[in-house]
Amino acid sequence: MQAMIDSLARLPGVGPKSAQRIAFHLLKSDVEEVKKLTNAIQEARGSVRFCDRCFNFSETTYCHLCTDERRDTSVLCVVEESRDVVALEKTGQFRGRYHVLLGAINPLEGTGPEHLKVRELLLRLEPEGVQEVILCLNPNTEGDVTAMYLARLLKPLGVKVTQLAMGLPVGGDLEYADEVTLGRALMGRREVGE
Amino acid sequence: MPLYRDVGVVLRTHKLGESDRIVTLITQDSGKVRAVAKGIRKTTSKFGSRLEPMSHVQVQLYRGRELDIVNQVELVEVTTATRRNLEATTDGLAMCEVVEQLAHERSPSPHLYRMLVGALRQLNSEYSALLLPALQLRLLQEEGVGPCVDRCIVCSGTEDLVAIDVQGGGVQCRHHRRGTAISPRALAILQEVLDGRITSVVRNNDLPNDTVREVVSYGRSAMEHHLERRIRSSSLFEAPRP
Repeated sequence: MQAMIDSLARLPGVGPKSAQRIAFHLLKSDVEEVKKLTNAIQEARGSVRFCDRCFNFSETTYCHLCTDERRDTSVLCVVEESRDVVALEKTGQFRGRYHVLLGAINPLEGTGPEHLKVRELLLRLEPEGVQEVILCLNPNTEGDVTAMYLARLLKPLGVKVTQLAMGLPVGGDLEYADEVTLGRALMGRREVGE
Repeated sequence: MPLYRDVGVVLRTHKLGESDRIVTLITQDSGKVRAVAKGIRKTTSKFGSRLEPMSHVQVQLYRGRELDIVNQVELVEVTTATRRNLEATTDGLAMCEVVEQLAHERSPSPHLYRMLVGALRQLNSEYSALLLPALQLRLLQEEGVGPCVDRCIVCSGTEDLVAIDVQGGGVQCRHHRRGTAISPRALAILQEVLDGRITSVVRNNDLPNDTVREVVSYGRSAMEHHLERRIRSSSLFEAPRP
């Protein structure tokens, strides 16, 4: 019982109290239900791997986004983690392909470009005929450093390098925006109706 | 929990749980402080980008037993120019890393705060590769382990100084040379920096790249020798050393 609670407490976002609650819930549940859950976890863990091309999670050698013929191969969206792909897909605005770096450059932790899938990104450009790389990285210091590094690497190769616009969240109030975000929003302003 | 205010510079941040971060600051009055910024990773966070490394901020914190809790943050100055330049950003982060290593928790060290703010301000107004070594050497001087650069550390002779030794703590004449070779130009820069004439050094744009590299490399090895660890930020985009 304690081993189960300890294992559950190691999951992200689950504290000791929640772990205890989940454990008691599972003990009270139907045996078949619990079996279904454990099988699902085991199967997913056993069969899901990284896509050989974009490093997104996939059950096959290439993920469903890489094998989708309808997607535009000339635009490549670079993200830090697989969960960013999910967030971007939800927007329904992007029809190109992705490349997951599996992290970001973090100077203070000593995470350099060699720890990320940067070499693999460069190897994709020519065979896939990539003309534009969109850097969709987190708007923090690590994301900024990674974006500047990649831009420096990619631009000489004749690829258009763009970055997500930065600014105010939809539904927020201007007066609560911090100086840096508001400043960036002002820099990235555009003509109304464009 | 008592509430207090201070000004400081964010040295580094660590992710905590789902949406929080632990922020390490060097403050003017309380020394190095570690505090939890709750919900900072959410897009709706009231802290926004204010608690990124290198940010100079005014903070209001709840005093905790081990970790404080961030209550309010205001930016003191904006460092946009630094964040648009890869070299300036990595040098700025290296400055933060060095100060974090030198500072002690809750032990007031206003000189560290003051020197870091000065260096980051200069970095933001005009980038110079010499700013990082200049800060490192001045910090070593403040710690009482600054190198001796005006006379030979063996014979005290002031003529023909040709080498510098990190372990020995200073320059050597041709007769007693043991450390790495140093050019007269690089030596002059080290002397100027340690005499406190940093502004004139960093404004000098006519220096050859080799001289700048010599000073940068010495500043880093001297600081690494003192800290007894590598400075991660400054070695990130360089070829690994043998």
